Amino acid sequence: MFLNIVSQVSRWAIPFLLLTIPLVGFFRGVKVYETFVEGAEEGFETAVRIIPFLVGMLVAIGVFRASGAMSIFVRVIDPIMSLIGAPGEVLPLAVMRPLSGGGALGIATELIGAHGPDSFIGKLASTMQGSTDTTFYVLTVYFGSVGIRKYRYAVTLGLIADISGLLASIFIINLLFGGS
Amino acid sequence: MVNVIWLTLLISGIIVAGMNGQIEVVTKAAMDSAQSGVNIAIEIIGLMALWLGLMRIAQKAGMVNFLSKVVKPITRFLFPTVPSEHPAMGAIIMNISANILGLGNAATPFGLKAMQELQKLNDDPEEASEAMCTFLAINTSCITLIPATIIGIRVAAGSADPTEIVGPTIFATAVGTVVAVSADKILRARYRARHRR
Repeated sequence: MFLNIVSQVSRWAIPFLLLTIPLVGFFRGVKVYETFVEGAEEGFETAVRIIPFLVGMLVAIGVFRASGAMSIFVRVIDPIMSLIGAPGEVLPLAVMRPLSGGGALGIATELIGAHGPDSFIGKLASTMQGSTDTTFYVLTVYFGSVGIRKYRYAVTLGLIADISGLLASIFIINLLFGGS
Repeated sequence: MVNVIWLTLLISGIIVAGMNGQIEVVTKAAMDSAQSGVNIAIEIIGLMALWLGLMRIAQKAGMVNFLSKVVKPITRFLFPTVPSEHPAMGAIIMNISANILGLGNAATPFGLKAMQELQKLNDDPEEASEAMCTFLAINTSCITLIPATIIGIRVAAGSADPTEIVGPTIFATAVGTVVAVSADKILRARYRARHRR
């Protein structure tokens, strides 16, 4: 029952927004097409802005993986990760996620490419990437922009949020797609 | 920290390849990876454009304003120190909405604006306020309905069902948000107790 609802939400989420937003816009007198194009222009800029992060991270990870260093690393930590139901391959993503959005995206992309988007690892990496945010980036950029130097309990709080998101991803992916 | 991780990946890769006597794989991996970084970015342009376009319509149609009225009870619970008509609230809601739609890059401008406004309400301009910590917690864990970037990458990788991970992502982010908001309340109470002494 629960699994069915989750998969229905997945199937309908995007068509629903695709229908609702332009329709409401139209009835509110928005020039839907012109406005859409205006917003879409930013898409190009944003995608181009992440190229340096992607190239930097993909090169480092590509070298790490192709050299065989990755498989040594994974063999060492695999027993710990399998205790909580996650393959060792996703550990670098879990470590990188709070540090660098571009870096984590690079690792996730690499995992999805190497194992296939529909593999267990591909699905887990996708969910982990979508479920948490770049705590340290937000901390340094947001707080830095207004001159905050004392973070109070913000670092602890951000990491708690990240870790709970990661554990929840591992749990749900195991529940839905594991044990096959 | 990112610097250390990046360097460690490169150095350990080169050392292992060298010890295995196949240093040429490093050259090939580096060149192939650099090219695929660019390819990926180009392949997600279409999706980014789609969401940012829809987002602009939602904004102009007043759907964002409507949303901020709907979520007012929640924002009052989360940010008791921020008056509901304060400009900080509008920016916070726009930032969270962008996060819910999975538009991390669209969220940043609103996030910066929200911080500037929250700073105006801050007693000590050097120290993060309670509202700022709450905002960070929600930002970090935020419920995500459409993880747009990752769906784009799945499409680019030839997934048979790119949106399959939407449901799991909603679940994981919902859990993360509940934990983050609870942790925020607990840490806040502890911090207050410690500083009253």
